[in-house]
Amino acid sequence: MRLTRARLLLAVVMSLLLVAAACGGDDSEEETGDATSTTAGDGGDEGDGEDKGSVVVGSTNFSEQEILAHMYAIVLEDAGYDVETKLKLGSREVVEPALEAGEIDLYPEYAATLLEFLNKGAGEASADVDETVDTLRPLAEEKGFTVLEPSEAQDQNAIVVLPETAEEHGLEAISDLEPVAGELVFGGPPECPERPFCLLGLEETYGLSFKEFRPLDAGGPLTREALENGTIDVGLFFSSFIPDPDWVLLEDDEGLQRSDNLIPAIRAEVLDDEIEELLNAVSAALDTDKLTELNLKVDQDREDPEDVARAFLEEEGLIEGG
Amino acid sequence: MAGPVLARAGEPWIDWDWVGRHLDDIEAATREHIELTVLAVGIGLAVSFPLGLLSARWRRWYAPVMWFSGLLYTIPSLALFVFFIPITGLSRTSALIGLVIYTLLILIRNLVAGLDAVPPDIKDAATGMGYGGAARLLRVELPLALPTIIAGVRIATVTTIGLVTITAYIGQGGLGQLIRQGLEQDFTSPLYIGSILSVALAVVADLLLLLVQRLATPWARARAA
Amino acid sequence: MNLFRDVIDFLTNGDNWSGTFGIPHRLAEHLSMSGLTILAALVIALPVGVALGHYGRGGVVAINVANVGRALPSYALLVIGLSVLGDVAQTAFIALVALAVPPIVTNSYVGLREVDPEVRDSARGMGMTGGQLLWRVELPMAMPLVMAGVRTASVQVVATATLAAVISWGGLGRYVVDGFYQQDYPEMIAGSVLVAMLAIATEVGLGALQRLVVSAGLREKGQAEILATAVSAGAAQQEAA
Repeated sequence: MRLTRARLLLAVVMSLLLVAAACGGDDSEEETGDATSTTAGDGGDEGDGEDKGSVVVGSTNFSEQEILAHMYAIVLEDAGYDVETKLKLGSREVVEPALEAGEIDLYPEYAATLLEFLNKGAGEASADVDETVDTLRPLAEEKGFTVLEPSEAQDQNAIVVLPETAEEHGLEAISDLEPVAGELVFGGPPECPERPFCLLGLEETYGLSFKEFRPLDAGGPLTREALENGTIDVGLFFSSFIPDPDWVLLEDDEGLQRSDNLIPAIRAEVLDDEIEELLNAVSAALDTDKLTELNLKVDQDREDPEDVARAFLEEEGLIEGG
Repeated sequence: MAGPVLARAGEPWIDWDWVGRHLDDIEAATREHIELTVLAVGIGLAVSFPLGLLSARWRRWYAPVMWFSGLLYTIPSLALFVFFIPITGLSRTSALIGLVIYTLLILIRNLVAGLDAVPPDIKDAATGMGYGGAARLLRVELPLALPTIIAGVRIATVTTIGLVTITAYIGQGGLGQLIRQGLEQDFTSPLYIGSILSVALAVVADLLLLLVQRLATPWARARAA
Repeated sequence: MNLFRDVIDFLTNGDNWSGTFGIPHRLAEHLSMSGLTILAALVIALPVGVALGHYGRGGVVAINVANVGRALPSYALLVIGLSVLGDVAQTAFIALVALAVPPIVTNSYVGLREVDPEVRDSARGMGMTGGQLLWRVELPMAMPLVMAGVRTASVQVVATATLAAVISWGGLGRYVVDGFYQQDYPEMIAGSVLVAMLAIATEVGLGALQRLVVSAGLREKGQAEILATAVSAGAAQQEAA
C-alpha cells in the first residue's frame, strides 16, 4: 500500500514538472526590460476605427530618463495612443540600438551626446543647439529615426570635486586640473573612457591624464559615495542632479560640453503629426530648472517618477488634470 | 540652480508608506521570481532525469556526466548568465538557460545516489517477481529513491531562488529587480523588501518540499523509529 | 564566428595585459581577495564545525546552516553590505566570508559525525583522550568531507567576487560588468571565460590538494564522499528536521 502511495506521488510530481517544462517552452519570447514594463491596452495594432496605433517608450537607466519617458507615455496615452513602456533597459549603448531595431519606438535623448554617439566621436557637436540638431537629424534619419524639437532643458556632464579638494589645488575650472590630474583618481560610469564628453574628451580637450579611472555608475550612489569617502577625487555627475550643494562644479572653460539639450528620438515609422505636436509641447514646457526640480522630487523625496511626470503635465496643462 | 541632496540619513530602513504604494510592483516581482524558479527547476528535472537514469544504468557515463555538470556548476553565475546574451538576447531565455544549468549537478547527483541506495536484495526480489527492467525502475526503484530525489529538488530550488536575484542584472530577476533598484537609487526600502522576501521565499519553498519529502517516505521514518 | 575571434583578440591584445585594467592586475585583485576571505572563513568556521562534530552538539544548526547560506542571495548581501558599510572592498570581504562560512561548518560537522562509532569506541577503549581522538582519528577520517567543504566555499568565493564588480569592486568580474555596460560583447565574454577558468582551476586545484591531504586508506572515501554528501544532506535533514 505504501508503495502505491509513493508511486502516485511520483506520478503527480512528474506530471506537474512536465507541465511546467512545457509551459516554459512558450515563454521564450524576447522580453527586454524589467518588471516595471507596463502595457496600456494591448500594445498591439488592432486596426479598429478608434485605434491610433501603438508606441513603445523606452529609457536609459537613470531617474531623469524615467520621468521623461513617463511624460511621453502619459501624454500620448492621454491622446488615445496605445502605449507600452520598456524602461531602464541599460545605457545608451543598449537603448539606441533598440530604437534602431524597432524594439522601442521613442526615448528621450540629449542632442550633443547623441550626435557624437552616432558620428563615432567626430566632434561635430557645437555649443549652438540648432547647429547641433541640424547636423544630428540627417544622421538619425539614416538609421530610421529622427529627432524632434530640442528643449531648453539641458543635462550635461558635470565634473565635480569636494570643496576640500578644490581648495587644496585651487580648482575652479576644469583646466585647473591639468597640473594635478596625475595625482587624482577620476570616477564615472563604465562607458566613460570611450565617451567624447567624458574621459575621452577630458583627455583630448583639456589634456588631462588622471592617475586612475574608477568605473562606478552614471552619477549615482556609487559615484557619490566614492567621492564622499575619498575613493575618487573627481567625479562625473549630471548638471541636473548634483547630490550635494556644497560640492564644487568645475567650470567647463574650454567648452567641452556641448548643447546637450533634451530632445525626443523617435522612429520615423511611428511618427505622425499629432505625436510630433504632443512631444514638442512637452519639450517646450521644460527648462533646466524645472527638470532639476523634478529630479529632486524623485531622488530626494522618493516620489514615483510616473506620479511626478503626471503632476507636471497636469500643471502645465498638457493633459486633462484630475 | 540649487543643488539637491540625497536624503539618505534620516530615511528609515523600510519606508512602509512606500511599500504600501508599491504593493503591485512587489507582488509582480514575487510572482516573476516564483515563475522563474519553478520553470528552472522543472526544466532541470526534465533534463536531469534521462541523464541521471542513463548514468545510473550505464556506470561508464556517470563520471563524465558528473564531471561536465560539475564543471558548469563551477562557473560563476554572472559569467554564465551574460554568456548567452549574444545568442539569445536580454531575454528570459538567457536567464533560464543559466538557471537550469545550475540545477543539473544537484539533481543528477541525487537521482543517481537515490537509485544507488536501493538495496540489491529488493531489486532482486522485484526481478524475481517478474518485473522487467523498466517496470522495476518505475514501480520499485524510483519510488524508493524518491526521498533522495526530493532532497535534491529542495537544494536545487533554494539555490535557484538565490540565483534568480542575480538575473536582475540582465533585466530579469523578480525580486532581484527591487534589490537593483535599491542599489541604483540608494534606496533601502526596495533593497530590504526584495532581500527579505527572497529569503522568505527560499525558506517557504524549503519547508514545503520538506513536507513533500516526508510524505514520500513513510516507511523510512517507520524504519528509523 | 566573429564574436569568437573578437574574444580571442581581446585576450591577446597587449593593452589588456598591463595597467590597472589589465588582466594580471585584475587577476591579482581577485585572487588576493578570495584567498584572504577563505582564510578568514577557515579561522571562523573550522573550529566551530569541528567542535560541534566532535562533541555531537548543535546538529540541527550545523546541518542547516549550509542551507541558510545557500538561501542568502549574494547579490542582496553585497548591496546591503555596501549601503551599511559604504566601502566597496570591505563589503566584498565581509559578504564573501559570510558566504564561505556555512559550507565549511556543515561539512566539517558532518565529516566528524560520519566517523564510525565503533572506531570511536575502540579508540577510547585504547585509552585515547578526547583530544587525541580528535587529532589522530576523527580529523583524518573527516578530511574528505572537510576538504569538500573548503572546495565548495572557495568556488563560492571566486564566484561571488565576480559578482562584486556589480557594486564597482574590481577583479575579473570587471570585464563582465564593463563589457555589459558598454555592449562590448568581446570584453564581456572574455571576462566570462577568464572567470570560468579561474573557478574551474580553483575546483581542480583544491581537488588535487585534497588527494594529497587525505591518507591513502581513506581515499576510497572520495567515491563514497559524493554519495555521502548527497545522501547525508538528504538523510541528515530527515534526521534533524
